Amino acid sequence: MATTVHPPTINKIENPSRPQSGSGNGGWRPLVPSGGDSRSVQEYAPPPSSTGIWVALAGISMTFAALTSALIVRRGGAVDWRHFTLPSILYLNSVLLLASSATLEFGRKRVAAYMGGLKETVQHPARWLYVTFSLGLLFVIGQYMAWRELSAQGLYLATSPSSSFFYVFTAGHALHVLGGLGGLIRVSRKLNHLNLRRSTLDATARYWHFMGVLWVYLLVLLWMKL
Amino acid sequence: MAFVAVLVGIVLSWLMRIHLGWTNVPIPGLHLLSANGAPGNVMTPEFYLQLMTMHATIMVFFVLTTAPFAAFGNYFLPIQVGAEDMPFPRFNMMSFWITFSGFLVLVSSFFVGDGPTLGGWTQYAPLSAIGTAGGPGEGTGVVLWAVSITLFCIGQLLGSLNFITTTLDMRTRGMSLWRLPLSVWAWFITSVMGLTAFAVLMPACILLILDHVAGTSFFVPSNLVVNDQLLPHSGGSTLLWQHLFWFFGHPEVYIAIVPGMGIVSHVLIPNMRRPLLSHRVMIYSMGALAVLSYMVYGHHMFVSGMNPVSSIVFSFPTLIITIPATIIVLIWLGSLYGSRLRINTASLFALGFISMFISGGVSGFFLAQPSIDILLHGTYFVVGHFHMVMGVAAMFGIFAGTYFWFPKMYGRMMNETIGKVHFWLTFVGTYAIFMPFHYLGLAGVVRRYQAFAPDYMQRYVPVHQAITVAALLTGAAQLLFVYNVIHSRFWGKPAPDNPWQATSLEWSTPSSPPPFDNFGGKLPVVYHDPYQYGVEGSSGDYVMQTSPEQIHTKSDEK
Repeated sequence: MATTVHPPTINKIENPSRPQSGSGNGGWRPLVPSGGDSRSVQEYAPPPSSTGIWVALAGISMTFAALTSALIVRRGGAVDWRHFTLPSILYLNSVLLLASSATLEFGRKRVAAYMGGLKETVQHPARWLYVTFSLGLLFVIGQYMAWRELSAQGLYLATSPSSSFFYVFTAGHALHVLGGLGGLIRVSRKLNHLNLRRSTLDATARYWHFMGVLWVYLLVLLWMKL
Repeated sequence: MAFVAVLVGIVLSWLMRIHLGWTNVPIPGLHLLSANGAPGNVMTPEFYLQLMTMHATIMVFFVLTTAPFAAFGNYFLPIQVGAEDMPFPRFNMMSFWITFSGFLVLVSSFFVGDGPTLGGWTQYAPLSAIGTAGGPGEGTGVVLWAVSITLFCIGQLLGSLNFITTTLDMRTRGMSLWRLPLSVWAWFITSVMGLTAFAVLMPACILLILDHVAGTSFFVPSNLVVNDQLLPHSGGSTLLWQHLFWFFGHPEVYIAIVPGMGIVSHVLIPNMRRPLLSHRVMIYSMGALAVLSYMVYGHHMFVSGMNPVSSIVFSFPTLIITIPATIIVLIWLGSLYGSRLRINTASLFALGFISMFISGGVSGFFLAQPSIDILLHGTYFVVGHFHMVMGVAAMFGIFAGTYFWFPKMYGRMMNETIGKVHFWLTFVGTYAIFMPFHYLGLAGVVRRYQAFAPDYMQRYVPVHQAITVAALLTGAAQLLFVYNVIHSRFWGKPAPDNPWQATSLEWSTPSSPPPFDNFGGKLPVVYHDPYQYGVEGSSGDYVMQTSPEQIHTKSDEK
């Protein structure tokens, strides 16, 4: 019996080499774009930092969700829960943090125009980033003043479960905001060296806005429960 | 790191086993580990509990979570998706060093104050939260434990971030999600679980630390008197710790076992020379395990004083979760049936995994029902159950992965004869250790007791002695593995590029071990799903993922 052996048919894909992620036109960073046309850059999946930041935000949400459930359980059976009014400086702080989200958006537009090649028309692209940074720093200082105010009233970490949760939530959030401030420093340094990627800025902005949303949630939670 | 950790863990279990079999017999050198815990080299009851806690913590966190997931995953996940590296290498490095410092913090508790904590790996409040009033090691020991686990959580969160992003964003051209190997799917599912589970354990540990060092009362109730001492705390919830802990703790079981499932599938397929009955059902089942694992955690708390209605609510998904687990086992068995399995050490360990998973899983059916669990919960039945299904099964997954991927990692083959001897000694040995645990449990022998001398359990002491002998021998058999790894690393037979004639991307790197950027500068392009074996009309017995050859089969994933 004769067997015919067919040569395997070859299924070719044009231009198999994948361009380096994050380089090329789409993602600014005017460094050497390695092989590959810009279309294939566009086709390629979103830059990792954009997925990465969502994953990180999911993890942070989970942590605060766990603390929220701890608060609800702990308050449910508590006879020692001491109600207190939130320090009024918190509301000012909230305005500062929300304003910083707005200034970051202004900054993002200007940086986009600057990095997109309109260098001549945009002066001081980082200015709004600095404003955002200052507002964020003021927020953290304001939180510190809120803690001082509470301790002046004799409400310390261990005084009552309500004050314990207040300090845990606000300190946890403030630490994350400090992380965001670090991110802003990194972005402006990269901007000064002209090697900022669009995805880095976008990820930092997303993180920053999330800190604002998280704060609003925490403020409502603390206002309702404490 | 996991390699060192597992050796430490084994030695700790040896010490406990010797003590259980021959209580009050001095163990030479024991005083070096703890001066107070072993006067005259005889173990005190408290020191037994400290050893038990450290054995469990080291094994669960620093071995079963790091080895199959973090270690193999970091090495092979980027290669199997066709990437040069993880997207955030700096996070990756931080993840390793943070985890490693967590391990050092944990081990350091042996040498601080009155030694490590004795609260068990679950650290149930309130005893874990009240400081030295609770016993030796409950002061500094618990704080170090909680700091260590917090660090571990941070390390795992950073690792999970990298794994998820790599799988979603770094896939090479042609590598669709369905074309990912099962090991990648397993790591991906595990990292999603890790992200949510460790993000819950971390704040719980921080609250525990605050109860210790800041005097808060998250977990300590009012008017608690311990050792004739009224404690200053008020109003805390003891069950709150258990809820937070087990919300992490049950997914943790699957974090340990799911990577093993992925590795075992990935090892079995090239040795069977055929794909599994269903690639997709396997992935769906592992995903279902992950989702359900969050809904069953209450079954650890049937005897904790939780509302009995909650017990029934948690019992139901606990029985449901056996369905995806059974489907996975049936897929393996159905695929093995009639295949001409190549018998080598890797495939033997993969079979061993299935065996352990079934044996340990069957006892899970009993424990899933609150009425039976109340009887068995405090006994050796539970110890036998989780050691088989989670501990040994995951270890077999690690062994299977090591024997399978060693040629890729070091460019040399492992010695098959020593490997097979190692398998049989380990396989028989683990059954000899953990099967009797089930019988002891049914007979009512209580777990966590350091000795059975004075009461009705005394007649089971010979069984304990037999188990101890088995444990010592099985542990010693692991020296064969250590020897095999070290010897093969330097003097093993040079490995061919693709020693198992397998199809996935790790076998298409230009060298073994792969170059720094995995593929030597040119990323592969993927044309097929990872398990094309014995396709009619193809040029050979198998079709590599990178082979541009066109094949005509319905089973090729797009």
